[in-house]
Amino acid sequence: MSQPIPTAAEPVASRYTVRVATRTSRIFTVIALALVVLLVFAPAFASRPMLQDLILVFLLASLALCWNLMAGYAGLISVGQQAFVGLGGYALFALIIVGGFDPLLSIPFAALIVALLSIPVGSLVFRMQGAYFAVVTWVVAEVFRLLLAQWRELGGGTGTSLPRSATGDMFGLEFISELFGVRSAAAREIIIYWAALFTTVLVVGGCYYLLRSRVGLALRAIKDGEVAAQSVGVSTTRIKFGIYVFAAFCAGLVGAIYFLQTSRISPDAAFSLLDWTAYIIFIVVIGGLATIEGPIIGAILFVLLRNALSGFGPWYLIVLGVLGIAVMLLAPKGIWGNFSQFTGIHLFPTRRHLDIAPAKEQNK
Amino acid sequence: MTALLETKNLEVFYGDFQAVFGVDFHVNEGETVAIIGANGAGKSSFLKALSGLVKSRPDGILLDGKPVGGRPAFDMVKSGIALVPEGRRLFPSMSVADNLLMGENGKSGDRGWNYETICDLFPILRERADQLAPTLSGGQQQMVAIGRALISNPRVLLCDEISLGLSPAAVKDVYAAISEIKKRGTTIVIVEQDLNAALSAADRIYCFLEGKVSLAGRADEFDRSQILAAYFGS
Amino acid sequence: MEHLNTIVQGILLGGLYALYAAGLSLIFGVMRLINLAHGDLIVLAAFVLLAMVTALGLPLPIALLILLPFAFALGWALQRYLLNRTLGDDILLPLLVTFGLQILIQNGLLVAFSADSRKLSLGAIETQSVNILGLSIGVVPLITFAVAVIVLGALSYIFYGTGLGRRLRATSDSTEVVQLMGVNPRVVFAIAMGISFVVLTIAAFFMGIRSNFDPSVGPARLLYAFEAVVIGGLGSLWGTLAGGVILGVAQAIGARINPEWQILAGHLVFLVFIIFRPRGLFPKQ
Repeated sequence: MSQPIPTAAEPVASRYTVRVATRTSRIFTVIALALVVLLVFAPAFASRPMLQDLILVFLLASLALCWNLMAGYAGLISVGQQAFVGLGGYALFALIIVGGFDPLLSIPFAALIVALLSIPVGSLVFRMQGAYFAVVTWVVAEVFRLLLAQWRELGGGTGTSLPRSATGDMFGLEFISELFGVRSAAAREIIIYWAALFTTVLVVGGCYYLLRSRVGLALRAIKDGEVAAQSVGVSTTRIKFGIYVFAAFCAGLVGAIYFLQTSRISPDAAFSLLDWTAYIIFIVVIGGLATIEGPIIGAILFVLLRNALSGFGPWYLIVLGVLGIAVMLLAPKGIWGNFSQFTGIHLFPTRRHLDIAPAKEQNK
Repeated sequence: MTALLETKNLEVFYGDFQAVFGVDFHVNEGETVAIIGANGAGKSSFLKALSGLVKSRPDGILLDGKPVGGRPAFDMVKSGIALVPEGRRLFPSMSVADNLLMGENGKSGDRGWNYETICDLFPILRERADQLAPTLSGGQQQMVAIGRALISNPRVLLCDEISLGLSPAAVKDVYAAISEIKKRGTTIVIVEQDLNAALSAADRIYCFLEGKVSLAGRADEFDRSQILAAYFGS
Repeated sequence: MEHLNTIVQGILLGGLYALYAAGLSLIFGVMRLINLAHGDLIVLAAFVLLAMVTALGLPLPIALLILLPFAFALGWALQRYLLNRTLGDDILLPLLVTFGLQILIQNGLLVAFSADSRKLSLGAIETQSVNILGLSIGVVPLITFAVAVIVLGALSYIFYGTGLGRRLRATSDSTEVVQLMGVNPRVVFAIAMGISFVVLTIAAFFMGIRSNFDPSVGPARLLYAFEAVVIGGLGSLWGTLAGGVILGVAQAIGARINPEWQILAGHLVFLVFIIFRPRGLFPKQ
């Protein structure tokens, strides 16, 4: 439930105005822009471990936002997003090692390749619905894992590392190295950091734009009932498919960036169900499904938890599992969903409000 | 004398939407009562509350003077209130016999109804016993639905729109069965849009309008125009 | 002869997959739920059998017989106290809760039993084989297949020959209308999950004898089970056996060409089915 606060900025031209933004959200927009600027300049003052944590937050938040877009809005529950993360990583390695391309420039191309691959994959998995869709996406991810384990040039089942020569003369490396006065390994991390930040901004912006557009309305209609949405002329399948491909593109970006940073890839790491789907689901559930804020908060919390608890091995995962199940059963709206319901604050408002001016405003 | 089944100031809600407003109603042992009213008057919601499909306050529904409201449907049928749901709602993947036998799970005593006596009441069902329920005609499906509720040997049989979508001949058959069931001592509450069918079968009628009782009394006590006025609310 | 041998081995392997799948199929049939922890529960049951044999010194078949009623009770309780709370219009909740269970079971097993590979032992019978038409066929695979047929036959009987089966089928048709028949669907769900646990425990017994297992192998079992269910036709019990056999034969042929292709071949055949026969071989209605 949101707080519709009529603002003086809006002229009461007609009796009805459709309004999406809230005052909090307008203030927040300014803060968010400032935050992005601050994050862009973070390499100048943040420590390397801090940057590494931020990279992870950005990548996980991006994946979580995409998963959330699919599950929370389009009703597509995938447990196979690791397919596209892994493909992104492998596409990057193939472009660099086999194609001899520049690592940085390979990132968008890798993501593009993944997006293209997601079209035939999508037309396959879309033949199944609901819970079946979920398991089929997982089978597809397994198929890619097993197939890429056969690619000898990229190390087969054991995987491979990026050659030093390739990572050593990445586009812009020298410039950054001089600009910040750091060695090339740290400079590489800074570039990767920016790429990760860019990805998050792209995904947040994409989700926000999408949900506020007519497509967002259509998605809400899909959630309320697919048949109803179709009967008012919304092509649900096309929208869902578009979101699926967008999510694949972003997962490809994440995979490419992540494995460029680690400089090492193997089928098991690239197509890991735990890393790229289980953690992501945990992040979305904890943060708050069907919100934009939730997955971001969830990702931050997850990285903090990981830093604090990952030494405990399986116990850490048991804690995550119990926490996840408990939240789903007891507080299914997650942290942000509950917070937002309690305070009425929406930083990324996507619901439309019909203000009937000048009489009292609608409260729904 | 306490009524067999009684409601006191019964209200029915679907979330925030209120469908029934403070209805007082009763049916005595052996009686047949019809609830009539236009579409959306709250008749079906009222029956759903009686059968436990929709929650209501405990003291809103009394069976033998004891509060039974708010119990889930699977308890209601076991205490003797069986519903023939609107639209028949047979189990589509199951045979006629399986549909009927399924009703035995709700058994609340023995008042002489079992698979054999029900097949005697509706002989066609014995012939069609092994057919899948959806392959039957509408009238036959309605017989299965009534038989499935009756096999639980209810104290009160609730029938929701049992003539809906049936041919006139089938309506006649179904109501012939209802009067036979009444003759054997079962108390019946029917919800019906078909005025003639309702008036011919019932001892007493209640007319619902916008979730409230607009008329109540013996079936023969009103003339046509009084009933129509209560029905359409003019 | 070599080819025939491959196919026969594949068919027998299909028996094991049908055992994996039977419990999953039952649950889907009755409550439209895919239990993502199904494979991990099979592995859990195998570890419990192992612990009963090593800690209590019980013979393996006795351990299985003792475990079965407890498995039923555990499945019943899991459904009654956890999974029933997730059921509603949204399929997200049950999927995610069973997904969380999967993580819990895997890591719980890691803590309790370490990541080491284990095996259940049935003694000399494991290496015995019989000669049929000139083919040497292992006794254990034959027993597995026979048990799969018996289990599916028993499930079929329960489903189509008993009052419980009638309640299961009716609940599958409509959870609302069964209530009018005096049936609490939540109780029916709990019984179904109990039966599913009994079947998956039997599957665990044969999995543990036929191959090594460790806490990480559950998800693959879930996928095989799922594939067998879909290939066979959603909700069809005997279709599940056919699905298991097709998957087993595909894997056996794949493995014959290149051992690394065994699993891949199974997945690919499954995907081909999705393209050309998404409702499976024997769809219900």
